[in-house]
Amino acid sequence: MNFRTVAELVELAESKGMPISEIMIQKEMDTFNKSRQEVFEQMAGNLDVMEKAVRKGLNEQMKSHSGLTGGDAMKIRTYMTEAPVLLSGRDALDVVSRSMAVSEVNAAMGTVVATPTAGACGILPGCVFTAADRLDSDRETMVRALFVSGAIGYCIANNAFISGAAGGCQAEVGSATAMSAAAMVEMAGGSPSQSAEAVAIALKNMLGLVCDPVAGLVEAPCVKRNAMGGAIAMVAADMALAGVKSVIPTDEVIEAMFRIGRDMPVSLKETALGGLAATPTGRAHERRIFGKSAE
Amino acid sequence: MKFRSVFDIIGPVMIGPSSSHTAGAARIGRAARTLFGRLPQRVTITLYGSFAKTYQGHGTDVALVGGLLDFDTDDERMVQALEIARESGVEVTFIESEEVADHPNTARLHLEDDQGDLEVTGISIGGGKMEIVELNGFELRLSGSAPALLVTHHDRYGAVAKVATVLANHRINIGYMQVSRKEKGLEALMIIETDQHVDDQVQQEISSLEDITGVTVF
Repeated sequence: MNFRTVAELVELAESKGMPISEIMIQKEMDTFNKSRQEVFEQMAGNLDVMEKAVRKGLNEQMKSHSGLTGGDAMKIRTYMTEAPVLLSGRDALDVVSRSMAVSEVNAAMGTVVATPTAGACGILPGCVFTAADRLDSDRETMVRALFVSGAIGYCIANNAFISGAAGGCQAEVGSATAMSAAAMVEMAGGSPSQSAEAVAIALKNMLGLVCDPVAGLVEAPCVKRNAMGGAIAMVAADMALAGVKSVIPTDEVIEAMFRIGRDMPVSLKETALGGLAATPTGRAHERRIFGKSAE
Repeated sequence: MKFRSVFDIIGPVMIGPSSSHTAGAARIGRAARTLFGRLPQRVTITLYGSFAKTYQGHGTDVALVGGLLDFDTDDERMVQALEIARESGVEVTFIESEEVADHPNTARLHLEDDQGDLEVTGISIGGGKMEIVELNGFELRLSGSAPALLVTHHDRYGAVAKVATVLANHRINIGYMQVSRKEKGLEALMIIETDQHVDDQVQQEISSLEDITGVTVF
């Protein structure tokens, strides 16, 4: 049970007539000499942590230490009950508010699961819990969705990168969005190759995204990028389920992300030296928070 | 493959806000603590690259010290790590280096007490994963994702074979192995990642071998 690329993963799954989640579960069992129950329960534990974070962020007034973020997930929830018309619709705002909720909990030094990183930790829970609502999924399907996203993240991490410092926001929020899109495709009963198409479609729309957090903190624009990542993942999953295919194969999109990240200047890779961090307002926040400015 | 487990990707469960600057940093601190084998009295931490520029906002300092206190990434005491260290009598100094390191998220930790000292360099490679890349001047690669045995020995023929024989006798399989030395014929370090756990008895047996000067299970 071994794969290195998304193409190999899909080939393995389809030749064995198994879903992607099953391939990932068996690979983990093989590699670490663990039982199915051990592997499954550890992941189920991660799902529980995600659920608590979603609930906390939607129901409690979050505030980060810097004061830059917190409370926006609740704001969207209130808007959803009060607005006469929702322009983007209830489903989109469900995923957006949940993704933001977890991301706000993270910024406030709460407990989250890094998926694949803490900076992008809102997207997968936002997507899985929203898709589960729509599809009426059971707990096992949701845990399996985490294995699907893990399998995709494994390919991205080993062939490119998943951290903003190494590859920009495309590597973090981009990877999380792609992973979540693939997970929702399997939840909805799509094929392994449709999951792979969802990865390509989602990631293509994140290429080039830089990591330019204000004051170097995982807050602005990270929380809102998590929100939009969730929305993009949901649309990408629908597109793949509809049979839309990416012109560029998934692994080549991942490779493109890698090369773009390599070419990205250091000032746009989590150093707080460029982009939004270097705007007058970004700098003013930095001075207010730290009493100094990074040179 | 840098990432071997699905839980490297979906995980760790951690206190925010940054997997590389908080969780990865905590794991570097904890690895240093494990290698040192006890709570140090004095620690000097040199930060490079993005760690040096943004550590305050991400709680990298707090997390490194939390790791030195043996806290896991999801330990809720993490937030108070600096105070807890102070109360435990650990003196911590931070240095922001302007030097360019190979990896943007690099920390060098110098741990000491009356019994000895240890220098460890770790990099946080993303998603909460870390690697120890230098130990007391030896270059190495240690991720902590598999059990590992660190054996210091005289750089002499047969040393590697003797250690491997002990492991084989206990049916412990070697998954990955590297040998590092500063200079030919002097002290050397073996890093052996194993598929099975190495217990105290095996550790004792290896330390009693000729030419072996130290054994640490990581």
